[in-house]
Amino acid sequence: MTEGNNNMQLTINGKPTETTAGSTIQNLLDQLRLDCRQVVVERNRDIVPRQRFGEEVLADGDTLEIVHFVGGG
Amino acid sequence: MDNLIIANRTFRSRLMVGTGKFASNAAMVAAMEGSGCEIVTVALRRVDIDNPHDSILAHIDREKYLLLPNTSGARDAEEAVRLARLARAAGCEPWVKLEVTPDPFYLLPDPIETLKAAEILVKDGFVVLPYINADPVLAKRLQEAGTATVMPLGAPIGTNKGVRTRDSIAIIIEQAIVPVVVDAGLGAPSHAAEAMEMGADAVLVNTALAVARDPGLMGQAFRKGVEAGREAWLAGLGKQQDRAAASSPLTGFLHN
Repeated sequence: MTEGNNNMQLTINGKPTETTAGSTIQNLLDQLRLDCRQVVVERNRDIVPRQRFGEEVLADGDTLEIVHFVGGG
Repeated sequence: MDNLIIANRTFRSRLMVGTGKFASNAAMVAAMEGSGCEIVTVALRRVDIDNPHDSILAHIDREKYLLLPNTSGARDAEEAVRLARLARAAGCEPWVKLEVTPDPFYLLPDPIETLKAAEILVKDGFVVLPYINADPVLAKRLQEAGTATVMPLGAPIGTNKGVRTRDSIAIIIEQAIVPVVVDAGLGAPSHAAEAMEMGADAVLVNTALAVARDPGLMGQAFRKGVEAGREAWLAGLGKQQDRAAASSPLTGFLHN
């Protein structure tokens, strides 16, 4: 399992993370157990509309921000 | 009916509530219900990937409350615009409480970056409610840029000090062509009442409710404070003066 050919490196919320090559954003959210209706995703600084989560295929080296609402004044 | 109208939308309540710092979601909901508010603010933050938990949205009835995302955490206009667009992408209506607070100690808003961000967001179709220091000139500039309200601070966020910027807020109210929402620093219902007696159109409260032993009851107390202040403003308050002015007749005394 040292080849890593089937994996790609992402940076998610500032942290290096590995995932399967060819994953879509929806695949990644499923892997992270995140509800797609409750998060917003920015890929390399561009907002990805929710309806595109299933088609948007991630690439090695992508930087993602996954954010959601929290309490605030 | 004495309604609050912001960007052509009508609200019965003049009290907005922030959802930060509550001990539990139940306490937050109790405060919202007690306060009778119709607008609640929320913040946008990174999901903790290693420890994801329920979104706050699971606890806020969107039929009852208009979600007003803030741009807290933004240190400049660019970050604020980015946060506002993320919030809109989350499926919110394009309303945003614009705050740009680069200074971590007093959380005072940066007027130049706030104005810059407001201009961009208004052009982008947002309903912009900017959090500002109580600067009448800035308030004017923001209104000219097309913001839906101005939200001058009474005192720095979370300080519970009340309307310390009173004289400047009075000028902002006098000159306003959009609703004035006094935001930040209101620690007691009397502070909220004071702002409303001065003619503020609404107030926003968070910390005072979140830190109360009984947030639901404190929500009710603030609702009454806001209503009392509003009614007093509508009714017309007497002027302050230095000399006493007798309330009882000054004739017919026994010693005459």
